[in-house]
Amino acid sequence: MSDTNYKQIINNGLWVNNAAFVQLLGLCPLLAVSNTVINGLGLGLATTLTLVASNVMVSLIRHWVRPEIRIPVFVLIIASTVTIIELSMNAWFHELYNILGIFIPLIVTNCAIIARAEAFASKNSVSSSLIDGLFMGLGFTAVLVTLGAMRELIGFGTLFQQAHLMFGEAARDFSFTLFENYRGYLLAILPPGAFIGLGFLIAIKNIIDKKHQARDKVVSAETVEVTG
Amino acid sequence: MNIVRNMIISAVLLGLFAITGTFFVSYTHENTIERINKNKRQALLKTLHVLISPKDHDNDIFTDIKKVTNKDLLGSKKPVNIYRARKNNNPVAVIINSTAPDGYNGNIELLVAIRYNGELAGVRVVQHKETPGLGDAIEETRSDWITKFKHLSLTNPEKKGWAVKRDGGEFDQFTGATITPRAIVKAVHKTLTYYKKHRDSLYE
Repeated sequence: MSDTNYKQIINNGLWVNNAAFVQLLGLCPLLAVSNTVINGLGLGLATTLTLVASNVMVSLIRHWVRPEIRIPVFVLIIASTVTIIELSMNAWFHELYNILGIFIPLIVTNCAIIARAEAFASKNSVSSSLIDGLFMGLGFTAVLVTLGAMRELIGFGTLFQQAHLMFGEAARDFSFTLFENYRGYLLAILPPGAFIGLGFLIAIKNIIDKKHQARDKVVSAETVEVTG
Repeated sequence: MNIVRNMIISAVLLGLFAITGTFFVSYTHENTIERINKNKRQALLKTLHVLISPKDHDNDIFTDIKKVTNKDLLGSKKPVNIYRARKNNNPVAVIINSTAPDGYNGNIELLVAIRYNGELAGVRVVQHKETPGLGDAIEETRSDWITKFKHLSLTNPEKKGWAVKRDGGEFDQFTGATITPRAIVKAVHKTLTYYKKHRDSLYE
């Protein structure tokens, strides 16, 4: 695989083919846990870890699996990976598990993972599958964190609340209140707020893409004029 | 013939993957179960020790357990754990793992610590599914509401006061969430009532 291909994979994962914005996959966990920045970050990182592990494993066995049984095999791999991650975290990172624990079973319901196994990892080398898993995961994490920030800001008037649960006691000061005596806006915290927020984010992404397209057209038109 | 052969190969392959997957999961399970139980035990001990200071007792509070069932007063059909703290074999306090069955969104699991004389040493929420941002102010990490139970008892306040302010009692409700605090106040009061009725048998 050449460098330009990696670039394309990275670009795909983060923006062009973003799991949450474009493929609209993994909405169940996305909408359920994006009520604060820290929750979003936690689920995002756990999902990234699962995506990388499952992509690498699917890629490793891609020559042995027959097409007619590939989906059950992928499901087996993903379910085992998630369970192993859950058990290991519970054993060795118990504090972190207490915060992320509830999100981890949710990862199994994230169809983005099986979609990457099917669409990418089963057809590509181990190294590019790893990069794909990593950046698809990070792209998903970015959306979760942005949506989490929006909802937390509007819903609670704070940012980074409970950061100490994830980064230790030193992070207690990370959290800050933007509006004193803010009474909260419940809609943003409840599930409908997640749908509305995601809708706005997708709309913004589409506007940016349109502008880029328009600019590219103008640029190519100008070149034509100059050379013509 | 060919189709049958293909089917068999596929089935065997799938079976092999299932066996490998199960093997890895059970291997991880075998190697983590002990640590996980230790972690759980430590986490629970930490909460128990917030309620009853380790200085106040000298027994192993985690294993000195009595199981009782009382659906009306303890809120659960299942047996409820009662952790007993003693010093020099004298009863000090109990921590009752009771349930508030009428939360806004199902059960709220509590730890209610009661000193021998019937005074509350503290209450903590162990598990709940209340609305984030509204009902979850019952968590100790989110507000100090739950800590205000300390030093209260069946006579302080009197029965009339054991309700949220909206119902004429002495406990604050949250903006937009009355059902959650109401459920907890009721459950704590019932747990205290249970304790009063059964106190001496609980330490046996």
